[in-house]
Amino acid sequence: MSESKKGLASLGIPEPSDVAALLPGQARLAAGPVAIIECFQEIPCDPCSAACPQGAISPFAHVCDLPEVDHGLCNGCGVCVARCPGLAIFVVDLSGDGPTGTVQIPYEYLPLPQVGEEVWAVDRHGAVLGPAKVISSRRPRAFDRTALVTFELPRQQVMAARGLRLKRTCSQERGGGDHA
Amino acid sequence: MRITEHPILEFSPGREVEFLFEGRPLRGREGEPIAAALHAAGVRVLRTSVGGRPRGLFCAIGNCSSCYMIVDGTPNVRTCVEPLRPGMVVRIQHGLGESQ
Amino acid sequence: MNLPSIAIIGGGPAGLCAALALAGRGHRSLLIDRQHVLGGQLIKQTHRFFGSRDERAGRRGIDIGRDLAAELAAGDLVTVWLNSTAIGYYQDDNSLVIEQAGGRLAVIQPAYLILATGAAERAFAFAGNDLPGVYGAGAVQTLMNVYGIRPGERAVMIGAGNIGLIVAYQLLQAGVEVAAVLEAGSSVGGYWVHAAKLARAGVPIMTSHTITAALGDQSVQAVHAARLDGDWQPIRGTGFELECDLVCLAVGLSPLVELAILAGCRTAYVPELGGYVPWHDHESRTSLAHVYVAGDAAGIEEASSAMIEGTLAGLAVANAIAPWPGYADEREAAQRRLAALRDGPTAAKTRAGLAALAATATPASGGERG
Repeated sequence: MSESKKGLASLGIPEPSDVAALLPGQARLAAGPVAIIECFQEIPCDPCSAACPQGAISPFAHVCDLPEVDHGLCNGCGVCVARCPGLAIFVVDLSGDGPTGTVQIPYEYLPLPQVGEEVWAVDRHGAVLGPAKVISSRRPRAFDRTALVTFELPRQQVMAARGLRLKRTCSQERGGGDHA
Repeated sequence: MRITEHPILEFSPGREVEFLFEGRPLRGREGEPIAAALHAAGVRVLRTSVGGRPRGLFCAIGNCSSCYMIVDGTPNVRTCVEPLRPGMVVRIQHGLGESQ
Repeated sequence: MNLPSIAIIGGGPAGLCAALALAGRGHRSLLIDRQHVLGGQLIKQTHRFFGSRDERAGRRGIDIGRDLAAELAAGDLVTVWLNSTAIGYYQDDNSLVIEQAGGRLAVIQPAYLILATGAAERAFAFAGNDLPGVYGAGAVQTLMNVYGIRPGERAVMIGAGNIGLIVAYQLLQAGVEVAAVLEAGSSVGGYWVHAAKLARAGVPIMTSHTITAALGDQSVQAVHAARLDGDWQPIRGTGFELECDLVCLAVGLSPLVELAILAGCRTAYVPELGGYVPWHDHESRTSLAHVYVAGDAAGIEEASSAMIEGTLAGLAVANAIAPWPGYADEREAAQRRLAALRDGPTAAKTRAGLAALAATATPASGGERG
């Protein structure tokens, strides 16, 4: 629908150009998994900085500051992904030579996707990008009920994919309930 | 309908008890609000207005008056906060309600 | 029974923090709440809270509520009356009337009163707005998150402020489809990250749209919606129907100020704060020297600000009873944290409201009595 491309200012949905401004360089992206913090609004919120075990997110001078990430210190561990109250952090991995990359997302729905499961990768507007395969799905107690799900998909879709939709229907879920 | 599995919450409802709604036996969980038990049983129409319009919950916290029913003969009971007890007799309140 | 002379009405984040602040200074208090459990709105908030570490950012609201109640219970200075509703206040003899289980009435005469009564959901008028299935968003939260009841199968959310966006997400978590979020304004009012979560889940957020009718015989079966023009009027020809069995209204909160009015506190109508609010100073004191107000009852904000306001009220009452040299520093530290929460662009409306409230007539010297 025509509403869907209005982006940050009206719908709170980042556009690729918003995200491009905070991406690490190509060398870092090729080096291994790295966190992308899609946080663009100066709201009072700072737990990401204390969450990072690597110290890659600078301490906040003011609680409304936007997070600053040192991608060189970031190792893509994903702790911030689970801790962000806005569920706005993702870990992307474009390392290696193959045709695929991976995206790790926070996931707080049931049923939990299973490793090996084929799902649909969706973009920031919920539009299906194409099929993806779940390669990791974990929900440790330390993450306080936020699961981290990693899925593999074509490299060129990695920067757009920020959610997944289950292919299977579940008797517990209503139509439209099996998405993320 | 009751939620059995939830990604964040675990529910531990009270013991199942029977009560009467409009003369029909229904089951609910002891201590939950009467309106919640009715909802779980698929009942959303709790009363009718003076003009005969169907009414149900609105605020579910005791602030408005949308959920009034006659419980054990007492009218104007806020069923969104009144806890369910076994054997309660719950009736749709039509209009302003009278003590019975 | 030797009751505490400080009564706190409302056991949500503001009231809990007021009780804890008082206990921290060695003062007993009586915490009165009409629910069966402490926590106020926190008991429904399954999401992680924002703010800073001092406001327990990152912790889920449900756990913050439990943490605060547990801290209270760990001491012995707070007497808690649950299932107790403060239903009246008589100025002539400073009597607070509380209705308890079985209709029993208790009457107390507190030396200090902290009103932390929170807020109520607003409704607005549209055809069919009284149909069963048209619920406040908070009501939907209560059904889902407190009682484990799925409130419907397919919902339409009205309002894209924080409550609308958060509850829409919680509906998805409860297995309810969300057909759309309708926002009358031209942009979402809530945090962008809340909207982004819904967008990824495929939920359409339709700005400049509103509900014009709820349709159904005995309960909601569909809504009629339309696009709005620049004057908030539905545009002819843009109407469409959405099938649903649940309409959630998240169109704002109004402070619950009846007790403040009964007590004789000066109030002012401040739209940015949600409606009538008791005038209060920087120590949460109202126009009456012995009545304080904190949390949403003092103006609609967030739980994080409610916690700090409750702390400020508790500290102020403690200092009024037994001043101590460190009070000013503690108060200023709390006020700085509160100001930081209110500093960003998303709090512009709150700042405007607080400024408008401050600009209303202040009480004559000597305060107002009954």
